[in-house]
Amino acid sequence: MNVRHIQTIWMKEIRTYFSSPIAYVIAAVFVGLTGFSFALSVESRFPEATVRGFLFGPTGAFFLVILMTPALTMRLFAEEAKLGTMELLLTAPIRDSEIVLGKFLAAFTMMLAMFSLTLYFPLLLIWFGDPEILPILTAYAGLVLMGSVAVAIGLLGSSLTSNQIVAAVVSLAVLLLLWLASFVATLGDPGSLWVDFIRFLSLNDHLRDLTFGILDSRDIVYFLSLTAFFLFITSRIVEMRRWR
Amino acid sequence: MIEAKGLTKFFGDYPAIEDVSFRAEPGEVVGFLGPNGAGKTTTMRILTGYTPPTSGTASIAGHDIQTQSLEARRAIGYLPETVPLYLDMTVRQYLSYMGALRGLSKQRIRSRIDDMFGLCRLEEYTDSLIGKLSKGYRQRVGIAQALLHEPPVLILDEPTIGIDPRQVVETRQIIRGLGGEHTVFLSSHILGEVSQVCDRVMIIHEGRIAAMDKAENLSESLGGTTRIILEVRGGTQNEITRILAGVPGVQSVEADESSGELSFIVECEPTQDLRAELARRIIERGWGLVDMHTAGLSLEEVFLRLTASQEEEDSASAEPEPA
Repeated sequence: MNVRHIQTIWMKEIRTYFSSPIAYVIAAVFVGLTGFSFALSVESRFPEATVRGFLFGPTGAFFLVILMTPALTMRLFAEEAKLGTMELLLTAPIRDSEIVLGKFLAAFTMMLAMFSLTLYFPLLLIWFGDPEILPILTAYAGLVLMGSVAVAIGLLGSSLTSNQIVAAVVSLAVLLLLWLASFVATLGDPGSLWVDFIRFLSLNDHLRDLTFGILDSRDIVYFLSLTAFFLFITSRIVEMRRWR
Repeated sequence: MIEAKGLTKFFGDYPAIEDVSFRAEPGEVVGFLGPNGAGKTTTMRILTGYTPPTSGTASIAGHDIQTQSLEARRAIGYLPETVPLYLDMTVRQYLSYMGALRGLSKQRIRSRIDDMFGLCRLEEYTDSLIGKLSKGYRQRVGIAQALLHEPPVLILDEPTIGIDPRQVVETRQIIRGLGGEHTVFLSSHILGEVSQVCDRVMIIHEGRIAAMDKAENLSESLGGTTRIILEVRGGTQNEITRILAGVPGVQSVEADESSGELSFIVECEPTQDLRAELARRIIERGWGLVDMHTAGLSLEEVFLRLTASQEEEDSASAEPEPA
């Protein structure tokens, strides 16, 4: 691994993001809709001074990450395949894994930038109320960890095809499966091995504790290993594309 | 500089190339000639490390393309068949990205980019978006990209395809100028181009090397004649054929009426240019010379002759000894 190679890809992708409207549109919709969720939660009959209000729900940050990450990542490999620039990248003196990591970091950076736009919610809470700080910190940690998993899945989807729409739909399907796994688990016998396994895979269950301020190393390991797993698969797929 | 031994690549059951072996010495310009689908691009993709061979080995500047892939790739400048460009970047941004990918330092990138603007005549378009450039200019950006890091080996896949004739001439000049300093390996399906630009020519047919020789030897052994095509008005076919055949140096005359006009294919010795003499004879008789041009062998004819001569050799050597 050569840091300079990764950095080169990373910077290039960031610049591409800023030169197209996609990132701006995604960020605007994200801030708008999470703001709506936040306002609803604060205006509710029993308002709580927590950030959970903008995280959960159909326009909450978690679900929006699932819906919007594919739009952010679909370009990354699919466009290179379509333009033929993949041939340039794969014949440049850099490793496949460095390409994958550079692209991952670029999309992840964009996602962090997007999240940072929501930081005024906790600031408002602190200004007008007296929230517990720890749950806010762990909730953001959860958001960031989930974002890394989502970007890794999006990157995998993009590496599979030269069609950006196909890439987005595939990534969305995988993300929705992981998101809905906990609901699927409620259908089976509680206590059976399968149910436990599906529940273990579910993004939802691992996020819940974090939003209550419970920092469990198992949750963190879950997110980090899932990210690493999808990045590893992506770099194998990039390598496999060489054979065709 | 480039050394390939027994390169073979299968796509499923279908062999794209079989047992391709050759060497290219430092400073040499080697042409790779073949019709579309003969395996040129596959061979180049193997050499550049884009796709691994099914069997066989190759090395670039002494580095094995599989075990020392990164070192080998560092020594190569590659222009793929579809010029790989980011349309939303300016020429300068694109080249500096390519420089960074190849690990050049910032100052080096800056000075090399300026060199490339000059060499590839891109000065007026340094800050234009690549998406707005014409095909010819995009091709130049592609060549600039391949040369940027001063690689000892250049691999150019169909560098003059799809650009207008004036730019073709310029591109060939640029490539010709690269020999000596770089080892250039370029592919083409135009015989004339390869014999103009290259020191040595390798012909690939259906995935196998059919011939390899110095460019002049190859066109001599293949052609042996220069071909002039004339269109004449007035006069009968027999008369004109007789007059043309009477010119010293003419080896054969063939009449052709299929296009409506009466045209003649005159084969003559390659050492002489008979065009002026042929024209004079036609005009003298009061006929109208409507069109006259020279024509080389088409690639199809080259292969016909090549395969025919090989079969002759094969059958000659296979003939049983008289008892």
